[in-house]
Amino acid sequence: MRVAQASLRNKVILSVVGWGVVFVFFFPVLWMWLEGLKTEPQAASSPPTLFFIPTLSSFQEVLSGDFPPYFINSAFASIGSTFLVLVLGLPAAYALAIRPVKRTQDALFFFISTRFLPFAASLVPLYLLARDLKLLDNIFALTLIYTTINLPLGVWLLRSFLLEIPNDLFEAARVDGAAFRHEILRIVVPLIAPGIAATSLICLIFSWNEFFYAVNFTSSVAATTPIFLVGFISGRGLFYAKLAAAATVSSLPVLLAGWIAQKQLIRGLTMGAVK
Amino acid sequence: MKTGASILRSVPGSGGGRVGPAASVSRREAWARRLPLLPAFVYVFLVTQIPFALTVYYSFFSWNLLKPGSFRFAGLANYANLLTDESVRNAVWNTVLLTVCVITISVVLGTAVATILNSEVFGKGLMRTLMIAPFLIMPTASALIWKHTLLNPLYGLIPYLLKPFGLGRVDWVGQFPMVTVVTVEVWRWTPFMMLIILAGLQSQNPEVLEAARVDGANALQSFRRITLPLVRPFIELGALLGSLFVVQTYDSIYMLTYGGPGQDTTNIPFLLYIVAFQGYSIGQASAIGVVAVIITIIVATFALRTLFSIFQVEARR
Repeated sequence: MRVAQASLRNKVILSVVGWGVVFVFFFPVLWMWLEGLKTEPQAASSPPTLFFIPTLSSFQEVLSGDFPPYFINSAFASIGSTFLVLVLGLPAAYALAIRPVKRTQDALFFFISTRFLPFAASLVPLYLLARDLKLLDNIFALTLIYTTINLPLGVWLLRSFLLEIPNDLFEAARVDGAAFRHEILRIVVPLIAPGIAATSLICLIFSWNEFFYAVNFTSSVAATTPIFLVGFISGRGLFYAKLAAAATVSSLPVLLAGWIAQKQLIRGLTMGAVK
Repeated sequence: MKTGASILRSVPGSGGGRVGPAASVSRREAWARRLPLLPAFVYVFLVTQIPFALTVYYSFFSWNLLKPGSFRFAGLANYANLLTDESVRNAVWNTVLLTVCVITISVVLGTAVATILNSEVFGKGLMRTLMIAPFLIMPTASALIWKHTLLNPLYGLIPYLLKPFGLGRVDWVGQFPMVTVVTVEVWRWTPFMMLIILAGLQSQNPEVLEAARVDGANALQSFRRITLPLVRPFIELGALLGSLFVVQTYDSIYMLTYGGPGQDTTNIPFLLYIVAFQGYSIGQASAIGVVAVIITIIVATFALRTLFSIFQVEARR
């Protein structure tokens, strides 16, 4: 009886400490939401306004203003590059998992090394190439760059999911004389659908939040949501409520994607090493 | 050993993938196997390796984009400049300082949070969900929120809360720029460390801990002797993968301090941006790029060794 009480007391103490820490970490996100729901005078008051009647006017202002084109560009680059990662990455992962090629390890090593190549390595030539081909401020060029960033991750991650499929299934299909394309479409894709979903979400997260190439390779036509936020660096007067509303809307897709893919997030972030 | 642990079972180090039924395959078969790999391979090769080769090439030339016809061979002059340039040394120092501080603090905090989340607490699932939010929020967005709504000396919440401690009018971004950048990055990377270390803790067999408790080990002893050795590879993996990302920090610096005041928070990526896109010194920027690659290769070699050792630990089970 006393043991049970002691363990309950421990549980309560740990819960209080834990929730305290979580509150501190989550608070800036909560504060961003709250600021977005304030009026401008409330958002820029001293001392800060803690109690107020929420209003959606800042969100309305952001969504009806010049923000939507940035959002659409982000969506195009993220979804487009994720699609390309799957189209290129799935066959490659298949070759490296189900039908191992000679030097499989070398190939895997090559892919992962490019993921960690700093952007400093290729920035200048890519910039000059994009400039000469008139591809600066072009959303297709940005999409191709994001494909490059995410493809190594995609190959490793998809391969880690493919390795979980029993080999017998493929052997059976091969005995039936199924052609390679059929094998991929009819057997592989349905079996690793959860893996494909997880890979897509991870790719979306990385490309949606990407800033370096976005700020250096685009200016107006192809600018993505982070670039819209750059306009707030100086604070744009005192439009803090609008700033917070824009920040909320910009980060919402990835926040939702990450929360949905929570279980797979860790796997994606460690290239499939940690499940 | 506990099964169903949280690490992938394949071992790239031991030949990789699955061994096919036939030991030797015909040439045609070999090509058929390699073919699906080719599009991805060729694409990645074209977009990463050729530009890098060009970066190395440009690094031996003096070339300013704003001066037509300034392209001429410079030998090792760009590299010599790197060695003597005060701002380069400053950027290297800032990069090291930022990376070491962020990784150390976020590993310690991440371990603490993971330990709490691995024990019996109320609302574990919701805690975890809320805890990963800082990692998911767009860095440009969170930097703005920190700078303008939390740290602003006039309207920000934090100076207001710290007023009783005599810190009410502190301009954090202006007076303590590096502290600010480190704080925001620690806030962002702690959830990342927490996730990886939590996965390690969850792969632990609770029976072993129970046995240790029966044998009279206290909580601290069993943490140090049993839990820590087990999660060590996970901590190492988190720290090394984290460093590879933190070394590249650019968004937060751009949004919070723009590398300043002066060059107080200019790291290597930000310096590269300044040299390439403000100074248009292509040769000099390329030399910085080459040095950045060399530093990254050193860190990445350790990271990959850890990654593969985790794969292998799992394979032995």
